[in-house]
Amino acid sequence: MSILIDNNTKVIIQGITGRDGAFHAEKMQAYGTNIVGGVTPGKGGETVSGQPVFNTVAEAVKETGANTSVIFVPARFAKQALLEAAASPLKLVVCVTEGIPTLDVLEAYEALKQNGTRLVGPNCPGVTSAGICKVGIMPSQIFKPGRIGVMSRSGTLTYEIVWAMTSGGMGQSTCVGIGGDPVIGTRYLDLLPMFEADPDTDAIVMVGEIGGQDEIVAANYLRQNMTKPMVAFIAGLTAPPGKRMGHAGALVGGEDETAASKIKKLESLGIPVARVTSDIPRLLAEIMPVQSNLVSGVPIPGG
Amino acid sequence: MKIHEYQAKQLFDKFGIPTTSGSVALTPEEAVCMAQAMGLPVVLKAQVLTGGRGKAGGVRIARSLDEVREFAGAILALTIKDFAVRKLLITPAINICSESYLGLLIDRGVSKITFIGCAEGGVEIEETAKTSPEKILRLELTVKQASHLTEKDCLPFALKLLPKKSQANDAAKIMVLMAKMFLDQDCSLIEINPLVVDDAGKVLALDAKVLFDDNAQFRHPEHASMLDLDSEDADEISARVIHLTFVRLDGNVGCMVNGAGLAMATMDTIKYFNGSPANFLDAGGSSDPAKAAAGLKLILSDDRVKAIFINIFGGITRCDDIAKGILAARELFEVTVPVVIRLEGTNEKEGQALIAGSGMIVAESMEQGAQKAVEMGQRA
Repeated sequence: MSILIDNNTKVIIQGITGRDGAFHAEKMQAYGTNIVGGVTPGKGGETVSGQPVFNTVAEAVKETGANTSVIFVPARFAKQALLEAAASPLKLVVCVTEGIPTLDVLEAYEALKQNGTRLVGPNCPGVTSAGICKVGIMPSQIFKPGRIGVMSRSGTLTYEIVWAMTSGGMGQSTCVGIGGDPVIGTRYLDLLPMFEADPDTDAIVMVGEIGGQDEIVAANYLRQNMTKPMVAFIAGLTAPPGKRMGHAGALVGGEDETAASKIKKLESLGIPVARVTSDIPRLLAEIMPVQSNLVSGVPIPGG
Repeated sequence: MKIHEYQAKQLFDKFGIPTTSGSVALTPEEAVCMAQAMGLPVVLKAQVLTGGRGKAGGVRIARSLDEVREFAGAILALTIKDFAVRKLLITPAINICSESYLGLLIDRGVSKITFIGCAEGGVEIEETAKTSPEKILRLELTVKQASHLTEKDCLPFALKLLPKKSQANDAAKIMVLMAKMFLDQDCSLIEINPLVVDDAGKVLALDAKVLFDDNAQFRHPEHASMLDLDSEDADEISARVIHLTFVRLDGNVGCMVNGAGLAMATMDTIKYFNGSPANFLDAGGSSDPAKAAAGLKLILSDDRVKAIFINIFGGITRCDDIAKGILAARELFEVTVPVVIRLEGTNEKEGQALIAGSGMIVAESMEQGAQKAVEMGQRA
């Protein structure tokens, strides 16, 4: 098992005819993801990586029975793409696009929520259930099927940490990149109950950074409502206050939002925080129940 | 993107939000002329893109033209938190009967457009939120609600802000106009601190702070002219032009990384190994080889940089594109400091093959790369 995506996930790619959309369509397929088609307005009838291209999401869903969409559409057209996805009976929409105006994201998020569709992102690397399915742009070769759930606000830092886990013999169940924007569809707090309920997840790694209070909110929830342990990493100890560090959400507002303050708070809640990424497997080993079988023994797919 | 108070007040004028817009002076002589035209007393306010102007002596009331000249000269000579004061806003002084706080922002905690209010004005709103959360008023709106907002919707909130019915009505009007401006201009913050009632019972914005959403600037070419280039680091601006995010720090190890989170973690790792990062540079989630070259040039423009660490974990970025960009850059200009490079992820083998024999120091991991770069920086 896993969270959000599994063997029943059927994916369409919005923006499949673009450079990134086409490239990652192939990578997702190679990982075993069931890609069933793509959408690019005006390019219906073409094929990309052997997949049919449709003009609209509605048409694509009707023809393919897709339940999930991944969006690679450029930022200025992303709102339209998201609203189209919201108007169709999809269960999950993963938005990879970065740089979408916040009000556009907010409007689309409201529409998706009303329709009961879960949004992951925007500005995120997507979701990977190790060895089963990947929706998004995470590099396949870093994963190893296992029993640790990963949730992260970052893209490439997620890869770094997953790779540190894999190198240290700790495989993953599902890894979710939630995105670095101020408004995102799925937050740590939404994922924690899913990981708690997932019989194949034993522990969680939370990758956070400066800005906002979500890491602390998540840690408090975990303490009060969960049985599974968590390890964290918080980026931005050297970030100067008042400067936006790349992510629209990574700006230190109050002093509560600094990395140092978050690390202190997490540790006071009994959540170990790694100072360098290679520390994560060691900290996981310390918090894991002894009898837990961390690595399922399934070979690494993709290579 | 930040703009000055006088620019924010010009926008308030445009959207019909009552305020004291006044005039902008660059010299004490101009200030005197303007004060004469406006009538005394006047308020002189330093125009800098930072808070704490009052405490730094950047806001003064002048009751005579001699005082205007004297205070204007003093304020224009100030540097407030590293920002040299170049402009003054002059407004007629008004008699204030009450002050309150009114702000509009996107609250990431609830993913809603949110009015924040407090009947006590001139306060540090974050401090009040912490110490007396019961004093904070909130009105949360969806985009749809904000775009159809009426005075009636705002009145219950406004009555808590200003209990007198006529003043509350005026405040509600202001709230509707703020919501309109927020959506129309793609703001991420509109803050009125304080919102005042004058001795004639008029409700108006005495101060104005406005931030725009950087991601929405493609819809607002008119905002570009509001950018105060004097108040920003020239390198940060040139980076933005080529869609890189760059923040200068004071260390000696230059960093080029793909992705903001990893860029921060790379800086932290350099620090962990007792080094000091020279900059934050997010080369972005794309595969444009020209960006890598531009980024390298930007880092090298700081002569404090004694070593460079290029840390790439490819996802959407392909390692071979980065390698091509760096090799192309070395054809264009001389790279005078040692470069440590780590390529992992999408197309890593192709990238590593390209840089083999280039003289760059290859690292196997972020930690190894950070250590090597710190060592190189110390050796120089």
